[in-house]
Amino acid sequence: MNATNTTDTTDVADVADVKRSVAPGVRLGHVSFVWRPWLVFVTLLLASATFLVFCLSISVGDFPIELPRVIATILGQGERVDKFVIMDLRMPRALAGLIVGIALGVSGAITQSIARNPLASPDILGITGGASTVAVFMVTVSGGAAAAVADSVGVSAAALAGGLGTGLLVYFLAWRRGIDGFRLILIGISVSAVMEAITSWLLVTADIRDVARAQAWLVGSLDGRSWDEVRVALWCSLALLAVVAVVAFQFRPLHFGDEVAAGLGVRYSMVRAVMLLCAVLLAGVAVSAAGPVPFVALVAPQVAMRLARFPTPPLVASGLVGALLLIGADLVARTALPVTLPVGVVTAAIGGPFLVYLLVRANLR
Amino acid sequence: MAAEHITGNESGADDARPLVDDARSLGDDARSAVDDLPPLEARGVTVGYGGRMVIEDLDVAIPPGVITTIIGPNGCGKSTLLRTLSRLLKPAKGTVVLDGADIVKLKTRDVAKKLGLLPQAPVAPDGLTVADLVAKGRHPHQSWLRQWSSDDAAVVERALAMTGVSDLADRPVDTLSGGQRQRVWISMTLAQGTDLLLLDEPTTYLDLAHAIDVLDLVDDLHESGRTVVMVLHDLNLATRYSDNLIVMRAGSILAEGHPRDVITAELLYEAFGLRAKVIDDPVGDRPLIVPMGRAHVQSG
Repeated sequence: MNATNTTDTTDVADVADVKRSVAPGVRLGHVSFVWRPWLVFVTLLLASATFLVFCLSISVGDFPIELPRVIATILGQGERVDKFVIMDLRMPRALAGLIVGIALGVSGAITQSIARNPLASPDILGITGGASTVAVFMVTVSGGAAAAVADSVGVSAAALAGGLGTGLLVYFLAWRRGIDGFRLILIGISVSAVMEAITSWLLVTADIRDVARAQAWLVGSLDGRSWDEVRVALWCSLALLAVVAVVAFQFRPLHFGDEVAAGLGVRYSMVRAVMLLCAVLLAGVAVSAAGPVPFVALVAPQVAMRLARFPTPPLVASGLVGALLLIGADLVARTALPVTLPVGVVTAAIGGPFLVYLLVRANLR
Repeated sequence: MAAEHITGNESGADDARPLVDDARSLGDDARSAVDDLPPLEARGVTVGYGGRMVIEDLDVAIPPGVITTIIGPNGCGKSTLLRTLSRLLKPAKGTVVLDGADIVKLKTRDVAKKLGLLPQAPVAPDGLTVADLVAKGRHPHQSWLRQWSSDDAAVVERALAMTGVSDLADRPVDTLSGGQRQRVWISMTLAQGTDLLLLDEPTTYLDLAHAIDVLDLVDDLHESGRTVVMVLHDLNLATRYSDNLIVMRAGSILAEGHPRDVITAELLYEAFGLRAKVIDDPVGDRPLIVPMGRAHVQSG
């Protein structure tokens, strides 16, 4: 027996030498976490793909810029002409796509985890519906009265408030000694239907020029983003994502239901309320920045789960899939199709069939 | 009996020995010497849902190191009592005392380090593996920075072994049979490393053979020095596997004590309205309940 080989595993950064499938731990200084190679691999792959599509989205346009020059400029080493086109003209659109995609993906991952149901996305829980109704109200009803109110920042802020209000309304209506996924979804669908009815009524009764502007907003688009709008969305979502990152550790046991989570020492009501608030606000930020882009929040977490082979929606991967989907769809909408379409049309065209696939798969099981 | 196992494990080598050693190493700091103080106690507890009180002014002390089972007819408040003892429900009046401290005033995480809870019919996300589920039992001992350590891995490995599910570690929980699944959930509660285990109907939905299997496991845990409180529906299983019975009716305790002292035909009629004969268990030293009903009963 060579006893020499068995003892020198100690310098390998404390990787637990536990046999078989109990996940090994990794320790870096004071931080230790479970080592899941596949999840890390998929996440890194998604991050690289997102960066690539992000740069591709910038390189494409009336004045095409090659990819290496785009990357060099983003890293701060480009020429001055490129710098103007990339940083001043195209960056806001690409960045808006990135932020909105990540926000929608993470938001969907949280709501689906809370409801323990893949159907529970911000679209279905009434958050986007409420935001849309308020935005359309701002554009159509008060649009003629004061130009200042129709100012796009005003509409965005109002949409955010509308999404937040509707999200909270659905949550409190669904509350009955805890949160039941099906009840949350049913109430979400009902409230969404009411919101849609109000939106339709507003559109039917409004002035035709306002309707056109409202419709353009309703379909979801990244057109004509300015740095000012993007900056607000960027800081808001960064702050929210920071909160999500901190609370995520306490949030994980909620996948097993309230009582198990309580048994594991989690103050589940508070943790869930904070996470749901973050999800609603993230979705609100996304909607106010790009309009109600459909299906990203529903599809991204489900795709991330399947790619990462993870039983629950992984937060980081969901955000990256969301960004990839949104920027990719925007790219397709601008380049591959004969007419330039708003991004929402393309995400719906991809998301719709995927939803059907999910439902059929659940049926067959 | 439990105390004997805890203090006298140097001598003798029976079959239960590896289990006992495993259990002792599982408990880390939580494992204090078994003394006579009740680890868990309800004092003048009134509790219910919304405005409707299910239990009023109830006192009960859980004896250390034994299996206590709460029995009673449907809706008598036995699950409510267990949920109150485990801090899932906050009493409207009175206090629950865990190791000498008011449980409401303790931090949720500190409660989870002392008291393991298995709710009724828990559900794991589809595709989650057994090892990952049991690993969740370490959550109270972890923090944002320290999410996993080699200690955690070792404890989880032992918890898997103790419940006999090591071979299933890679399998998704949703592909297991009901009995295996319940073992896995108990394993998760064990990985929490607590001296006190509260199990809400651990045999629900299990056939008799699997129910026996799970209760044998619970008995192993108690043999290793843990205090177990559970709710059971089956009276004969409760009688066989418990050292202390709490019989409830309509929100209050009707009788409490060793099954041999508690289980009588009169009590069963009083608590459940059940006509039954209580005889000596032909294979054990406990009473056996033979319900009468109306069908196929020979008179006399």
